[in-house]
Amino acid sequence: MWDYSEKVREHFFNPRNAGLLDGANGIGDVGSIKCGDALRLMLKVDPDSEKIVDASFQTFGCGSAIASSSALTEIVKGMTLDEALKVSNQDIADYLDGLPPEKMHCSVMGREALQAAVANYRGEAWKDDHEEGALICKCFAIDAVLIEEVVRANSLTTVEQVAHFTKAGGGCASCHEGIEEILARVSKEACTAPTAATKPLPPATPAAAPKLTNFQRIRKIEETVEAIRPMLQRDHGDIEIVEIDGKNIYVNLKGACVGCMMEAATLNGIQTKLVEALGEFVRLLPAAMLGKAH
Amino acid sequence: MNDVPIYLDNNATTACDPAVVSAMLPFFTEQFGNPSSMHSFGNKVGFALKEARAKVQALLGAEHDSEIVFTSCGTESDSTAILSALRAQPERNQIITTAVEHPAILTLCEYLEKEGYAITRLGVDKRGRLDMNEYKAALGPRTAIVSAMWANNESGTIFPVEQMAELAHAAGAQFHTDAVQAVGKIAIDLKKTKIDMVSLSGHKLHAPKGVGVLYLRRGTRYRPLLRGGHQERGRRAGTENAASIVGLGVACEQALQHMVYENTEVKRLRDKLEAGILAAVPRCFPTGDVMNRLPNTSNIAFEFIEGEAILLLLNKAGIAASSGSACTSGSLEPSHVMRAMGIPYTAAHGTTRFSLSRYNTEAEMDRVIAAVPPIIAQLRKLSPYWGEIGPTEHPEEAFAPAYA
Repeated sequence: MWDYSEKVREHFFNPRNAGLLDGANGIGDVGSIKCGDALRLMLKVDPDSEKIVDASFQTFGCGSAIASSSALTEIVKGMTLDEALKVSNQDIADYLDGLPPEKMHCSVMGREALQAAVANYRGEAWKDDHEEGALICKCFAIDAVLIEEVVRANSLTTVEQVAHFTKAGGGCASCHEGIEEILARVSKEACTAPTAATKPLPPATPAAAPKLTNFQRIRKIEETVEAIRPMLQRDHGDIEIVEIDGKNIYVNLKGACVGCMMEAATLNGIQTKLVEALGEFVRLLPAAMLGKAH
Repeated sequence: MNDVPIYLDNNATTACDPAVVSAMLPFFTEQFGNPSSMHSFGNKVGFALKEARAKVQALLGAEHDSEIVFTSCGTESDSTAILSALRAQPERNQIITTAVEHPAILTLCEYLEKEGYAITRLGVDKRGRLDMNEYKAALGPRTAIVSAMWANNESGTIFPVEQMAELAHAAGAQFHTDAVQAVGKIAIDLKKTKIDMVSLSGHKLHAPKGVGVLYLRRGTRYRPLLRGGHQERGRRAGTENAASIVGLGVACEQALQHMVYENTEVKRLRDKLEAGILAAVPRCFPTGDVMNRLPNTSNIAFEFIEGEAILLLLNKAGIAASSGSACTSGSLEPSHVMRAMGIPYTAAHGTTRFSLSRYNTEAEMDRVIAAVPPIIAQLRKLSPYWGEIGPTEHPEEAFAPAYA
């Protein structure tokens, strides 16, 4: 049986705002075909203030899907549309005192329904931006589609690299066979002809890079991050450096990056750029981890 | 009303019979000997194992008691059978199985497929039945083994394994059946069949968890999975789980005694439960081959709602059942059995399995029949596919979410 929090159970047994909503002017219908869950979110928006005056839901889904829907309606009631769009799937999970990793997609579905309902109110078309696959890493709730995308985009070849880029496999390690299968599949596709090793392997100990002074190092980090920012801003996101503590660089992701499914991949992509630029290993961490990592 | 919980999940596991438990207890204390030892401590245990073996033999209708090999579980028996057939017949590289097998078979076959073996998975029709012509066409000179379950764990549908074994033999292939759900529920007489290997699991018939059996017909070419000791005549090394084997013996004896009861009284209660629910709840239907299934199993698909939610509310009402919904397994897909039968997603996710045992009572059925309809109604109220009194006019059109 699932280890549901009291709050999840309570919202499932006594869902808030369930059923049809009279006078709804923003409706979002979303679903996950694989999981079979589907959700209709109905919002009543005051056109003058753009405030959500009422919200309700109908859900075809499991206990946590119903609880996530219930929580979502409670969270967004009274918010303006812009405030509501900032609600992340993690906010929904947090509101419920957490969800099991296999069930995080229920909170993602809630967030998508919210985006779809707002788009519907504004007369825009909403398009889902991610595909969901079989759950591989249960420790960090990473699915096969995400791992495969990241493996492909970064030409990863080892389980360790996958763990660095996506966190998948970095916990209890019992999913390593599954990750190896994805790696094997992708590398098989990539290999078009039998070839000798194309690139000589880098020497075991890299040639000592000229050591940067502290000031030069910080400048280098800043330059590297500045070069990446326009890419994030194009997607309505952003990043700022908060603190540099030895090998740990703490940053804040902002805007659309917050709560994005690709957040971990984004951080890891930037981390790789920093490692290349500095010629040393550094870790890029969310500022929320300040003082926690060592 | 909810004082005593009602257990209707006997296809998942069963309660140990009190007679089983009391027969086992001495083997944790004074009867601790190793049956292989030469002294009297071991000798008594060895004798108890012999007795248990005879009881399993009787339930299965095996010709010889040496055809019974004790293992640790049904999954071990399944793996042993299939791997043995491949190793004993290296000139054959094809496995024929069905799309609705237990993961113990399907996952192993997926793995063997990667190793280069050819796997043929027979499909089923809407009622979960095999197409025997498709099966005959699949058999060939390269078929090492056919593995088809005796009865399906989800729908209870029974496969014609005796007939399938004859056909496999005609093609020179071995035949294995995972009979974990069938043993103890329907009469079995292996000596009258051509079945080479059978898996059974103790905890499905009121014995403890952690003990199983591989029936191995005398003369079947065989290679052990575990090598080491001489136990089980060298066919399954490892010190015997004496207490559990003794328990399994008693459980088999009891199952044989209750075989008629299972197929009359338990069946009657199951039929009453199913008819009661179908009469009270709109838009639901039993899955599988209802005229040819286990006497204890009823799998009902409730349309437009999801199984885990049903189970949580049943549990709150003190009723234990199980579901073929994706969310109960931790995977994203609904049951492979329901998908193989072509049950639509909106119904497959709402399938709920009630599996009875000889311990269930008439009063319990009445309670479940009363409890289910309001639970279904409550969840349908939340469902976007459901209107005020019934499904919306065209449910698939009225609610067509943007799917990820």
